[in-house]
Amino acid sequence: MTLPLLEVEGVSVRFGALTALTHVSLEIARGEIVAIIGPNGAGKTTLLNVISGFYHPYEGRILFDGRDRTNLRPPDVAELGVARTFQNVALFKGMSVLDNIMTGRLLKMRGSFLLDALWWGPAQRQELAHREAVERIIDFLEIQAIRKTRAGTLPYGLQKRVELARALAAEPQLLLLDEPMAGMNVEEKEDMCRFILDVNSEFGTTIALIEHDMGVVMDISHRVAVLDYGRKIADGTPDEVRKNQAVLDAYLGVSSEGASAAPSETSPRIAPAKPALERPGA
Amino acid sequence: MSVFQQVLIGPLKDIGSNPAFFGEVVIGGILAGMLYSLVALGFVLIFKASGVFNFAQGVMVLFAALTLVGLIERGAGVWVALAATALVMIVLAFAIERAVLRPLVNQPQIILFMATIGLNFFLEGFGEMLWGANVKKLDVGIPDRSFMAAGMQINQLELSAGGIAAILVVVLAIFFQKTRIGRALRAVADDHEAALSIGIPLKTIWVVVWSVAGLVAIVAGIMWGAKSGVQFSLSLIALKALPVLILGGFESVPGAIVGGLIIGVGEKIGEVYWGPLVGGAIENWFAYVLALAFLLIRPQGLFGEKIIERV
Amino acid sequence: MIYREAGQFKTTYAADQAIFPILQDRIFVALAVVGAFVIPVRFANEYWLQAVLIPFLIYALAALGLNLLTGYAGQLSLGTGGFMAVGAYSAFKLASAFPALNIVLVFLLSGLVAALVGVVFGIPSLRIKGFYLAVATLAAQFFLIWLFNKVGWFVNYAPSGTITAPPRTVFGVMVTGPDAAAGARYVAALAFVAVFALIAKNLVRGRVGRSWMAIRDRDIAAEIIGVRPLRTKLLAFAISSFYCGIAGAELVFLYLGSAETLAFDINLSFLVLFMVIIGGLGSVLGSFLGAAFIVLVPIFLTNVPHTVGLNLPVALAKQIELMIFGGLILFFLIVEPHGLARLWQITKEKLRLWPFPH
Repeated sequence: MTLPLLEVEGVSVRFGALTALTHVSLEIARGEIVAIIGPNGAGKTTLLNVISGFYHPYEGRILFDGRDRTNLRPPDVAELGVARTFQNVALFKGMSVLDNIMTGRLLKMRGSFLLDALWWGPAQRQELAHREAVERIIDFLEIQAIRKTRAGTLPYGLQKRVELARALAAEPQLLLLDEPMAGMNVEEKEDMCRFILDVNSEFGTTIALIEHDMGVVMDISHRVAVLDYGRKIADGTPDEVRKNQAVLDAYLGVSSEGASAAPSETSPRIAPAKPALERPGA
Repeated sequence: MSVFQQVLIGPLKDIGSNPAFFGEVVIGGILAGMLYSLVALGFVLIFKASGVFNFAQGVMVLFAALTLVGLIERGAGVWVALAATALVMIVLAFAIERAVLRPLVNQPQIILFMATIGLNFFLEGFGEMLWGANVKKLDVGIPDRSFMAAGMQINQLELSAGGIAAILVVVLAIFFQKTRIGRALRAVADDHEAALSIGIPLKTIWVVVWSVAGLVAIVAGIMWGAKSGVQFSLSLIALKALPVLILGGFESVPGAIVGGLIIGVGEKIGEVYWGPLVGGAIENWFAYVLALAFLLIRPQGLFGEKIIERV
Repeated sequence: MIYREAGQFKTTYAADQAIFPILQDRIFVALAVVGAFVIPVRFANEYWLQAVLIPFLIYALAALGLNLLTGYAGQLSLGTGGFMAVGAYSAFKLASAFPALNIVLVFLLSGLVAALVGVVFGIPSLRIKGFYLAVATLAAQFFLIWLFNKVGWFVNYAPSGTITAPPRTVFGVMVTGPDAAAGARYVAALAFVAVFALIAKNLVRGRVGRSWMAIRDRDIAAEIIGVRPLRTKLLAFAISSFYCGIAGAELVFLYLGSAETLAFDINLSFLVLFMVIIGGLGSVLGSFLGAAFIVLVPIFLTNVPHTVGLNLPVALAKQIELMIFGGLILFFLIVEPHGLARLWQITKEKLRLWPFPH
């Protein structure tokens, strides 16, 4: 058995008095698609932020390839081959789509400042080589027509797609997607699912994604981890998670004490394709 | 004498050897600081309510003082002139809202900042065209005399200035905390769109804050004008209020006040005890360096909460 | 019909990434550059060179520098005057300490000194942002001016406190000092700004520019792509101050001839900021348009009353000038907040379709 690509070991995160994550552990193997689900405020985005180095855990460790990488800054995490997208699209709005995606290749580009300034020889050749790589991604995600458009002027669905393109441009080993389908219509969601599956199968990219659409989650992920109130309450194949009592309670709003006492045998299925399951009354 | 002694021991020894003089320096600093606070307060009010970094605050002080002096010179009584000047500042607030803020609504902050610099030029030219550009003496009836207390020399004019500034600050605090329009202002400061959606008229709010900032400018103009005459350099005191803003935060009223005091006192002490070591005249930049040094230790400023960046 | 790109197909990515992908633009720019070198020297009189063209070129270089920092990297700075002063005083010290040093090298070295100083004052940009940073850069402005005023060494202990441009030649032609012809100084300023505008364009369309704009647009997203904020911001401060430093050296050596610190006070910082914003943030062309606007408007305003036969008192004329200047800034911001460069772009779009706009 090979080493997992990413191991989160007993990580806790606090903001002042608020504890956002408590002893969360998660392993992600190479080539997997792992979904992280949970009600709003469960700490999903915080988990991604810890992995990508924006927050540092107050206890616990984060390992990439078996090596301790707990307190890295985001650019260092990027150098390990991690790319991500954000919940509220974080494109560079003043730049063209092409420039956004080219920026994604920043770490692949080397060069001397002097040659860059003169746009000469190796600098120009490098720029063109990366342009070709970026064009392949543009073709792959079918966004040829908007290449030269300013990113800030695009509709939301396209912005999400461009953000995925920017993350892919880094040719990451691990791709973190924070609600890649939020606010999309059915067709856009289908496209996005196809892209995610293709990325995984064609490039072998490991993917961790946060998603509220249970239909999507159950369809595309190999494994599902469930967070609630900053704790991991379940982790397994989609089928296992679907039948897990703690998960059902979290989503249906039964307090955990009451749930364990409740004699319910028949676990109601979480309806697939029901979008944005949220904590009742939240 | 070693450099260490010169820089650290010497000035401290001077402070210890003449505590009464040190007291005078501190009081002078507090009084100057009050005036910085007043100007900073004008900035904070406008920034809080409209997100505009109003570079023209300094010129508004000049404009108010020029108008006041101009009216008194033309024979108006002090109180009449004061009321008329207040009216002028309110009309100005309306004009600014109509001609500058409304057409630029939803523009990035830097554009609005630039607009206030344009306003700065316009008001400077306009004020001087109306009232003339020569230095004017402003006499509000408080004698520029000093008296002795606890072995310290205290200037009566400066003391009154400090007192009035303190009263104004209290009045503003009450205005913000207790009145209906004050609550609306704070709502707007928190979230423009949310405030709009519950029916708070943004335009009215803007006129109100610019008017209040204009009235604060009158007070600041009187204080500074009585001390050093009404002249163009008045508009430059705006620059002295900027380090106060770094220190106290752009959105905090108490920050502006405490920040002003710290800058005022720190600057005076720096100038008197350390200034001579480097040839003096350090007051132009000392306040900035003080504010920056402070920020390195406490990046969120005096009254800011620890910033947790949302990702 | 004339301005038409139909039929011009780009078959390589190199062609697509050229600075001027459209043929007409390339021809126009080539002609403009050649014309700029030849025509004014042959035909413009002393007044036009000295009062309009030379300051325009120098300010354009400074605006270009500030635009890299503020327009591209998103770091608002009010310390431009201070950084220009560093360039000017370094150039003065270098030229007087090493009389044999070529003046072009003197300018470049002064730019480097200014870049170093810029980096030092750029360090707070890691922790403070936006207007806080702008106010912090005022510390640089006031401290540097104070320093040059107080320390006699910077002016070689001249009792007047002024620095003067020594006579120096390039290729045997006198370009600085009291005997340098306006034409020669003009060509020198033009050569500098042309080369550095090209370099700026190369920087902003490549790796470096993209990391600047990424920090400007979304610093958090930029970090997870691998952009290191401090390094990127400091590089922007360095390059920007390098440009401003050279512009400052030129201001004394090619334009004023001699200067005191007063020439570099806070008003200069604002003037250059105006050029950048009126011309267009994040636009190389905008830096030139903004500089032209700011240089031409006061000249226009002082000359108009004379030409229509109005004789205003000097003070009044000055006050009216201030009002109109302030009013124009407001007007332009309201009409086109993205600056003259955007207006130009819109005009070009229209021209492409002309005469069939639909």
